This record gives sequence, C-alpha cells and structure tokens, in this order.
Amino acid sequence: MIVKRPSLTCWERLYLPALWGGFKVTFRHFWTTVFRRRPVTMQYPEERWVVPEGYRGAPYLVRDQDGNTKCVSCQLCEFVCPPKAIKITPPGPDGAPADRPNAEKMPREFEINMLRCIFCGYCQEVCPEEAIFLMEDYSLTGLSRQEMVFNKEKLLGLGGTHAGIQKWKHKLEEAKEQEMFPVKP
Amino acid sequence: MDWNFVIFAAVKVVAVFAVLMFMVAYIVLVERRLCAAMQDRVGPNRAGPFGLLQPAADAVKAFLKEDFTPAHVRKVYYFLAPAIVMMPAILNVAVIPFGSKIGGQAMVIADLNVGILYTFGIVSLGVYGIVLAGYAANSKYPFLGGIRSTAQMISYEIAMGLSVIPLLLMVGDLNLSQVIQHQQGTVAWLPNWMPLPNWLVFQNPFTFLAFCIFIVSAFAETNRTPFDLPEAEQELAGGYNVEYSSIKFALFFMGEYANMILASAMMVTLFFGGWTLPVFGLDKEATTLLAGLAHIGIFLAKVLGFLIAFIWIRWMLPRFRYDQLMNLGWRWFIPLALANIVATAVWLWMRP
Repeated sequence: MIVKRPSLTCWERLYLPALWGGFKVTFRHFWTTVFRRRPVTMQYPEERWVVPEGYRGAPYLVRDQDGNTKCVSCQLCEFVCPPKAIKITPPGPDGAPADRPNAEKMPREFEINMLRCIFCGYCQEVCPEEAIFLMEDYSLTGLSRQEMVFNKEKLLGLGGTHAGIQKWKHKLEEAKEQEMFPVKP
Repeated sequence: MDWNFVIFAAVKVVAVFAVLMFMVAYIVLVERRLCAAMQDRVGPNRAGPFGLLQPAADAVKAFLKEDFTPAHVRKVYYFLAPAIVMMPAILNVAVIPFGSKIGGQAMVIADLNVGILYTFGIVSLGVYGIVLAGYAANSKYPFLGGIRSTAQMISYEIAMGLSVIPLLLMVGDLNLSQVIQHQQGTVAWLPNWMPLPNWLVFQNPFTFLAFCIFIVSAFAETNRTPFDLPEAEQELAGGYNVEYSSIKFALFFMGEYANMILASAMMVTLFFGGWTLPVFGLDKEATTLLAGLAHIGIFLAKVLGFLIAFIWIRWMLPRFRYDQLMNLGWRWFIPLALANIVATAVWLWMRP
C-alpha cells in the first residue's frame, strides 16, 4: 500500500503546530497523572490484579463440605494431562481406605509439577469427582525445582473446600434406600 | 607558583565534577519519573522515598553486571569509545561560569579568553566517541548508528557554530564571563515598567533566531529526540551502544546526559544570562557570600529548566526521518544562520 504523503503548508512546515499539539497532549497526561493521582500503574505486590471469573490459574485439589478428599485416584487427570505434570500414586490393594464412606479409594500421593503445568484445565474437565479445580493463583514462585512440585497435602491445603454435589454420599443414601422394603412411593 | 590559585582551582574542579556527576545521576531519575507521568505511569518509586535512591541502585547494577566483550570487536577503540563520549562534556564544563564570585574567587574553573571557541572545539570531539563505538563494535547496527551520528553531528555542528556568531558580533568578546556581563539589566526596547531581562535571547530578533537555531542544533548534537537517529531503538536496537554492557554502556548513557547538561549550561550562559537575574541586584557580581550562592542557585535552576525542556521534548515528539533531518540542517538552518550573521553585521554597522 502506498500512503500518500500530505503536503504541508508553510506554517505546518515550521513544525510549530506539531510542537504545540505535542505539548498539549503530554501536558494533559502529565497533569492528570501527577495532580489527580491517576496513573494506570498497579503497584504489584501490594495491589493485586482481580482475577476474572473462569480464569485458569494453578490446579489444586479440593475437599468436600465434610472435609474429605474428593479425589478417588482414578488417574484420568494423569492420563489426560498434556505436559504430564500430574503424577498419582494409587493406594494399591492394601492401601488406606478413602476417608469418606462409599468411595472406593483415594490417592496415596498426588503430585503436580507446577513448572510443567500449562494451565489448560483438562484435569478439571475430565475429573468425574469434581476434585481438581483451576483456581485463581497466577503467581507461583519457588526457590528450587523441587519446591515447585506440589504434593497432595499442599494441593489440598491450597485448594480448600469446594461445595459441589456429594456424589458418593447420595449413592450411599440411594443404596441404603434400596435395602429398605417396601420401596418408598 | 601561586599555591592559592592551585588550591582554589582544585576545590572548584572537584566541586564542579561532583555536581556534574550528581546531576547526571539524578537527571536520569527525573527523566524516568517525568516520562512516566506523561505516559500515565508511576516510574521508579521503590528505591528510597520517591525513588530517590534509584540512581545509586542503577550505579551498583551497572558495576556488578558482567562486562562482556564480544570476540569480534576492535579492542582498543572498543575500550576507548565510552571514555571519549564522556570526555567533552567534562572538559567543557571548565569554561562555563556557574556563578559570579564567592570570597573574591571567580566561580569559573578556567576563565578563558577564547571560551566559546574552546567549547566548540571540544564539542566537536564528541562525535568521535559515538563514531568509534560504532566502528569498534564491528557489527551492523552500531555501524549504522555510527554512520548516522557522523553525518548528523557534523552537519549540526556547522549550524550551531554559525548560530552563535551574531552573539559574538554583538558582545564583541569570546570570553563567556564577558558574554554574561553583557546580559545584565533589563531590555532597552521595552518601557521600564515591563522588566524583561536583558538576556541575549530577548535583546533583538537576530539573537532570538540564533537561539532557535542553537537549541535545535543542541538537540541534534546531544542525540536527543527528535534527532536521536544514532540510537534509534526501533530501527537500530540501540544504535552505537549495542555491543556494550555493564559500566561501559552506563558511560555512554552518562555521556549523553552529561552532554545534555553541558548543552543546557551553554544555552543558559550564551542566551539566558548565565547566573544573572535582574531582580534584587542579582545581575551584578556578588559581594556577599549569600549573593554568590544565590548566583550559583540561579544558574543551576536555569540549567534544570533547560534539562526539563530537553526531557519533555524527548517524550513529546516523534523522531525525524533521516532525510528530514539533513534537509532541516543543511537547507534551513545553515542558510538561516548565515543570513542571520549578515543581517546582524549590517544592523550593527547601520546602528549609530
């Protein structure tokens, strides 16, 4: 594309109108920033960015309303994770039972390598238990690589409680109801 | 040997050098805060109150960074160039009268009779630092920066030199102290109740034109926007200083600001009356210590005013295209400056 150069008048060629125009713009900005105290800068460590809804931050494990681990160690997230950031150690045949009734098992260890994680949200998407969520944390720092591998305890601590459907509780109630006879109308 | 002279000269040298370096350090902070305000930002405000310790932090950083010398540079020139950039500014400050008198001592390091000639002689050395840096780096962007600066600085030096000749014609002396003496009082062409200082910029249209040419040339000489083509970041990735790091890079940076301070001091001395101010008898040589200090304060305030103008214009105007730059220098300023000389000479001759 050829941009036609506008021909300048004699007055414009003195560069004085441009000088004045530039001064007006810069002075207006200078005035509003200095005297009305409205810089756009966010003083980062003190002021923090408000994360919008649906933001995909760091993935953490959550507990249910009763404080039980929701994860049942199905390893779907480990399987789906594109950068292979998740590593789950299942309890095995003689591991500890799940800490909520009617759930078969829970992971012995659950590690997310936050240096590998790409915050894609597939783990949250694939989880049948609503046990893992991408939360709002966007500034993950550590002094070593080892420190950036978050274990189950840390993930659960950071994730907190997430009130969702209590699938296994309902299953338990359904099972109990089915035992009853005659069937409720 | 006059020991009195030696001691006072040494004290003045140290004091001026210290003040110059202090101003170089702090004008960088002023520039960063000012440009931040113009761009709706905050600027460096972490180190100390209002970021006042930022220059110290920058200096520590510059010294501690790895001083990397690329394998392909021409070593001797590579080491020489940063020093040469800094030199002219420091040398030139010697002849600038920064105050009138304190305790019988003239507040100028060297009261040269050829002050202006000396200044221009040394200023023209300034181009070598940048050219050598561009040549020594032995890679394309610094080279282009060096080439640009050669042409630009040499062109505008002519306009700059020619623009002060009307002043010399009117003052009749090359000594900068004499130039300042010439600017005492208020202007003759206004009635007494309008006290416009008798500074050379206000004295008549010829000197005003000379000032306009001088200030634009000073911008070009110090490689400041709108004439910062030798270091155009967007085109040359920094220009002549691309291959430099650590304190060598910092020296280029400091050299630029030292040159800016020098250009401001020159403009203050030549056109804005130096240390004079036509109120409270401050345009006469000081007899008391207080007046002497006030003169230094006035001089520094004026220099600071020009420095802020330099900074403001940098963040206000876009860069000139190279052909526009050359066009302005050769086809406008040099003929204009020549015409100004002739007109001033004719006017002085016609004047009774």
